[in-house]
Amino acid sequence: MSAYVQSLLGILLSAILTENFILVKFYGICPFMGVSKKSDTALGMGMAVTFVMGIASAATWAVNALLLIPLKLEYMQTVAFILVIAAIVQVVEMFLKKSMPSLYQALGIYLPLITTNCAVLGAALVNVQKGYDFLQSVVFGVCGGLGFTLAIVLFASVRERSDKADCPECFQGFPIALISAGLLALAFMGFSGLKIF
Amino acid sequence: MQEIWIALAILGGMGLVFGLVLAVASKVFAVETDPRLEELTEALPGANCGGCGYAGCAAYAEAVLKGQAEIGKCASGGPAAAEKMAKIMGVEPGAFVRRVALVRCAGQHGVDEDGKATGSKMKGYYEGIEDCLAATKVAGRGPLICKFGCLGFGNCTKVCQHDAIHVVDGVAKVDHEKCVGCMMCAEVCPRNLIIPVEYDKRVVIACASKAKGAVTIRGCSAGCVGCGKCEKVCEEGAIHVDQNLAFIDYTKCTSCGKCATVCPKHLITDAGLTAPALEHSAG
Repeated sequence: MSAYVQSLLGILLSAILTENFILVKFYGICPFMGVSKKSDTALGMGMAVTFVMGIASAATWAVNALLLIPLKLEYMQTVAFILVIAAIVQVVEMFLKKSMPSLYQALGIYLPLITTNCAVLGAALVNVQKGYDFLQSVVFGVCGGLGFTLAIVLFASVRERSDKADCPECFQGFPIALISAGLLALAFMGFSGLKIF
Repeated sequence: MQEIWIALAILGGMGLVFGLVLAVASKVFAVETDPRLEELTEALPGANCGGCGYAGCAAYAEAVLKGQAEIGKCASGGPAAAEKMAKIMGVEPGAFVRRVALVRCAGQHGVDEDGKATGSKMKGYYEGIEDCLAATKVAGRGPLICKFGCLGFGNCTKVCQHDAIHVVDGVAKVDHEKCVGCMMCAEVCPRNLIIPVEYDKRVVIACASKAKGAVTIRGCSAGCVGCGKCEKVCEEGAIHVDQNLAFIDYTKCTSCGKCATVCPKHLITDAGLTAPALEHSAG
């Protein structure tokens, strides 16, 4: 197996498990807490994030490599990426509404919500920090989104059950959700050190 | 200094390009929407209760616009919403029939004059999740002896957006003035006790027990045993006893109230009856 394919697999593993966006890096905590009351809405959000993160990784890589680096404007990355991501989400939303109404309905309000999602911006910035090339960036973006989906769906299932559980009154609702999020993050620490090369 | 200008130009340029792309995209990908759709959606109450049979207010508005649905199906909005929608669509509003939900159980826990417990009897204590559906899933199917009666954990109360249904003495009871007939409560009732009835014909057999008479009596002092007195007295032929339980055919019922006077269990409620009011209704 060539070293390049190995590196792609390494990115895949780290983005989903060892460097999970939510539970290890703590990106995108707001949708993680906000949209995790039901596992089906959590899945919708996760799918939307995966979709946008893949596209955003590709686009920000292009902007960075073709525009910012040649002009020595690397310090403007954050601002430029926010601009790119916001524009992409808007265009994608319009495109979906026109050509794929069913997908648009399924993603619903989550698509515009993602415009301001720090996980998407985080993916773009990590791509630059680690010096990934185009394909690596896209793989990292998509797998980061899958890791996000995994975490948010797991957490939503936990919350569905803890809602029914008999827990002390002072912990009911949001407090117990925060505690279970912490426990879930601890569980994901178990993946650290996992490497395939 | 020059660097700053470059940065400004690049970012400004990017902003401009994206703005143009968005402007073009909004034209290219514009989805033509009928302006009436928004007006129709606004005329609806926005409760998204699903009482009309559509996924939500927006879905119902779309169906009305396409001519797939009739005006006046919105229970929450009532005649006011129907009138507004008719005006937008330029048609006459049809007759709006107000419906309310009625609970087919009269097993309220109480005590009669002799100090004997009345209503639905318990076979044990249930300490599980306070939820009707959960209670029906445990061994023995919940705390009641009656397999058809209201469990009283209030799943219907939880979903009601109009504060119209509450559990009183262990049985759900509908406030007819607040109820808009969206029937969300009926959907969550694991025992299918709640039925829609026209507001002006509020006659209901307040029992759903299809068990044999003796079995019904063992579990509840108020149950319908299928004696058939109501069937015999009904002049319209609107009541029939089937599987030890009386049913009312609402297409024939004139809400005269005769059945209510003969029911030995006082099960037929007088809520909307036009005939002599009954002092001893069960509901």
